[in-house]
Amino acid sequence: MTTPAARPLLSAAHSSERTSDDGAPPRQPRPPLSAPAVTPLVQRLPAADEAPNTAMPATKVDIRNVNFFYGKFQALHDISLPLYDRRVTAFIGPSGCGKSTLLRILNRIYELYPGQVATGEVYLDGANILTPGLDVNRLRAKIGMVFQKPTPFPMSIYDNVAFGIGLYEKLPKSELDDRVESAVRRAALWDEVKDKLRDSGLSLSGGQQQRLCIARAIAIEPEVLLLDEPASALDPISTQRIEELIAELKTDYCIAIVTHNMQQAARSSDYTAFLYLGELVEFDDTERIFTHPRERRTEDYITGRFG
Amino acid sequence: MELYSRRRLTNWLVIGLSVVATAFGLLWLALVLSTLLINGVGAIGPSLFTQMTPPPGSSGGLLNAIAGSLVMTLIATLIGTPTGILAGTFLAEYARGSRFGEVVRFVNDILLSAPSIIIGLFVYEVMVVRMGHFSAWAGAVALAIITIPVVVRTTEDMLRLVPSALREAAAALGAPQWKVIVMVTYRAAAQGMMTGVLLAIARISGETAPLLFTALNNQFWSGDLNGPMANLPVVIFQFAMSPYADWQRLAWGGALLITASILVLNITARLLAAWSSFKQ
Repeated sequence: MTTPAARPLLSAAHSSERTSDDGAPPRQPRPPLSAPAVTPLVQRLPAADEAPNTAMPATKVDIRNVNFFYGKFQALHDISLPLYDRRVTAFIGPSGCGKSTLLRILNRIYELYPGQVATGEVYLDGANILTPGLDVNRLRAKIGMVFQKPTPFPMSIYDNVAFGIGLYEKLPKSELDDRVESAVRRAALWDEVKDKLRDSGLSLSGGQQQRLCIARAIAIEPEVLLLDEPASALDPISTQRIEELIAELKTDYCIAIVTHNMQQAARSSDYTAFLYLGELVEFDDTERIFTHPRERRTEDYITGRFG
Repeated sequence: MELYSRRRLTNWLVIGLSVVATAFGLLWLALVLSTLLINGVGAIGPSLFTQMTPPPGSSGGLLNAIAGSLVMTLIATLIGTPTGILAGTFLAEYARGSRFGEVVRFVNDILLSAPSIIIGLFVYEVMVVRMGHFSAWAGAVALAIITIPVVVRTTEDMLRLVPSALREAAAALGAPQWKVIVMVTYRAAAQGMMTGVLLAIARISGETAPLLFTALNNQFWSGDLNGPMANLPVVIFQFAMSPYADWQRLAWGGALLITASILVLNITARLLAAWSSFKQ
């Protein structure tokens, strides 16, 4: 937080004006880890994420020596990496490399299925979330997740967003309304649905459904957001909106995103982890991974020589 | 060219056979329905719904039988539906892949295809013999036992159709399993489960054998659930076998009535199912 105190305030209040305001001088506000120079296919929203990114990133989630088993099959081997707060970390790798599996460990959603076991430690703010007997529902309320296919519940748009809030908080109607509205606004969906909040969530288009799912996830104010190929089932326009949204949400959350799309990883992440055959091959700044990877396998993968 | 014409011939032959087979099957249905309509329509009138079953030779209706059937079907549904839904939920949500679940599912499938007369005999032994008399309660229990496996099966099938992604999404928000089931999975499967319940009701409303051993029959109006109670299937059975023309006429009327109500239930179930798939 070396920036003047006025800037974040200004950015919060007038984010749209800011771009023209101080976009002129050639500043270098981003830390070297960001990667706009690599593939500037999508313009990042410059306003939102500058201030927090100038600070040293704090480790939010610390994955240490994690192994994962589907029954007898070992899907992950001794994975260790940090996820930084207010940063986006992308998990890339060919199908079956274990990137989704790794993501599913972080909120222990794999425990819904018998025979799936994780060993090792995952620290969230210093506390090991793989501890047996931990209240997984409380944990999941702190770690939001968005899935590959949009999964709106068969209820109204409003109820979809209010569902998670109602689980752990009893709010008066007006406050609940506010929470729902701000979550839907944050997910850049408000203008499209504000007049039909009572309609079924299933009536929305695929891209809108996915943003509804993001709104639902952030409505409970989690600390970490897990995105499992959130745009892979969407068209390019919707994908772009989701990516803009990720850039915007980064100001508040620690985000981990699984993606098959190399450009998406380069565009939207600060750090990238390359997994191959259940092993973490390389973890580094996204820029470095996409320009000077240390490992031959990483280079082969990102240049499309295999995968 | 020769190969092509041979294939065409085979194609026509198989299509022809399929059409004939379909027509053969539908023919009997049409015959049954038309016979019912021809013989039954004459018996349908206000007196059918307002008067009690008569002694031979005098005029009357089926009011006590209709009421008895409604009461016993209602009680059977009230017992069978919650039991079936809970058991189906257990199988689909809690016992996935477990040995116990496999066993329960297997036993349920046996019960599903058990001849209804066996269920009647069972309830006769367990309830009628011990209580010392036939009763509407015993009839309702016998019908409930027929309802349960149908509802268990449809509930389980419908819950299994709900994509696991939906359960994961709800669980990922921190919802405990029972809330996931009640607030999300049930909602997604509601129409299908409702259809199952309606089909079960349609099935029991025509059952005769289990009632023969349990509720027996009653010539008079009776609101006493502890005593024998009139019901349409058994009245039809008795009246149709009798030598009296006016009783036989009432039996036709009752048969038409049951068939029509089952038809209505089935159509409702279909509409519900169609509506749900339209909504998705």
